[in-house]
Amino acid sequence: MSEPGFWGYRRPDGSAGIRNHVAILAVMDSANGIVKSLSNLVRGTVAIPVWYGRGQFGNDDTVFRRAQVGLGTNPNVAAVLVVSLEKVSAEKVAGSIALSGKPVEHISVQDVGGTVEAIAAGMRKLLGMVSEASAQRPEWIPLSEMVLGVECGGTDTTSGVAANPAIGWVADRVVDAGGTVYLSEASEWMGAEQILARRAANEEVSDAIWAAVRRIEDSAIARGVDIRGANPVPDNIRGGITTIEEKSLGAIIKGGTTEVKGVLDYAVKAEGKGLYCMDTAAPAAESMTGLSAGGAQMILFSTGQMNIMGGLLSPTVKVTGNPRTAAKLADNVDVDVSPMLEDESLEEAGARLLDFSLQVASGRFTRAEMLHDEDIAISRFEPTV
Amino acid sequence: MAKVIILDERDNVATAMADIAAGEKISSGGGETVAAEEIPFGHKIALTFLADGAEILKYGESIGLAKGDIAQGACVHVHNVESQRGRGDRGASK
Repeated sequence: MSEPGFWGYRRPDGSAGIRNHVAILAVMDSANGIVKSLSNLVRGTVAIPVWYGRGQFGNDDTVFRRAQVGLGTNPNVAAVLVVSLEKVSAEKVAGSIALSGKPVEHISVQDVGGTVEAIAAGMRKLLGMVSEASAQRPEWIPLSEMVLGVECGGTDTTSGVAANPAIGWVADRVVDAGGTVYLSEASEWMGAEQILARRAANEEVSDAIWAAVRRIEDSAIARGVDIRGANPVPDNIRGGITTIEEKSLGAIIKGGTTEVKGVLDYAVKAEGKGLYCMDTAAPAAESMTGLSAGGAQMILFSTGQMNIMGGLLSPTVKVTGNPRTAAKLADNVDVDVSPMLEDESLEEAGARLLDFSLQVASGRFTRAEMLHDEDIAISRFEPTV
Repeated sequence: MAKVIILDERDNVATAMADIAAGEKISSGGGETVAAEEIPFGHKIALTFLADGAEILKYGESIGLAKGDIAQGACVHVHNVESQRGRGDRGASK
């Protein structure tokens, strides 16, 4: 136990969770009412509602299902109950999740006879699943098995000075230990992509970093719109952030300083270890859903003005470098690194954050978990038909 | 002397780590800069005169261009800096 690690739950596919949820997954929004009812009725469960899920096609459908299956296979999930209106999609999603080896059951509302029967059938299935999951004991997992997402929200100029450097310090320790880090939010590489590209493992990765940002910029130019107003957002500007370039230069610091091994599409799991960029949209729920679906067990979230949102499946540690936020929004702050603006060194603040993060990985609740400031949003890429 | 952070030696702006009142002095690299106006906590102050179109440097990188001349000691923010990225509004006007 001398090497850094955490108490986690070993899964059949070899991964290790830091929570032991039984997930109730809605295949489409029509099933949201049932999954929410079930999660209120059976202790030890977490509802994963979704918006949309019908009439999607092409890449949009591919990404949507990949994200859903990724959420189901996230290591923090012990077992999954899939709820759908009809059998075909229920079996498809449940079958894909079951490839991970974890227990999966499914319910088709039309086949069991409506909402009341679906809830009754779901409760019976869940009683068995939760009973089994709750019998599992955590074991010591080395830090090399951590997949850490790094995210920011409600950014201000303290983010780039304190919170992101502290998170980046932890990200480097995770990578040094043989673990994996996902740096998300591609629009917030814009203006700093040259720095990430210089750290790319090879030319292909460098090209992919440039291409991910160019897609966003080209989309703004093709539509004749200015991304200002959408990013930076008003709370960024109030907090002293002037341009997307400034925001990005501060934001990428949270990924640390190691080589960029690859660029992942939304909700894709890394095949190797080390630092990866994930091409997600910047808003928190959407981005963190992509991280969770890519297998992140935990998220370190830097915030200056405070974005309260946490990942539903990946416990999210709120880190602020703004002393005013640390005081005014103390209820939502997990780790205050604002002493870095005075005399605390990066190593001291980073070590405090790593220690807290490993406690969270071993079961300590985050503020967002305790306050239910958590949700799911899967990015959309095409219109629905 | 008011507290600021200069993130890279190439930078021509500093970030206020406290509210700075007009007339307060800040230490900027080798010299001194006097705040020409109030600089709120977290906002940026020009360490030199920045001519219209000059690159604003923070983290040693460009964060945009000066929109009009910016006096040394002035607050540098959305009112006098133009982002150069994601500007589809310009593409459309060309």
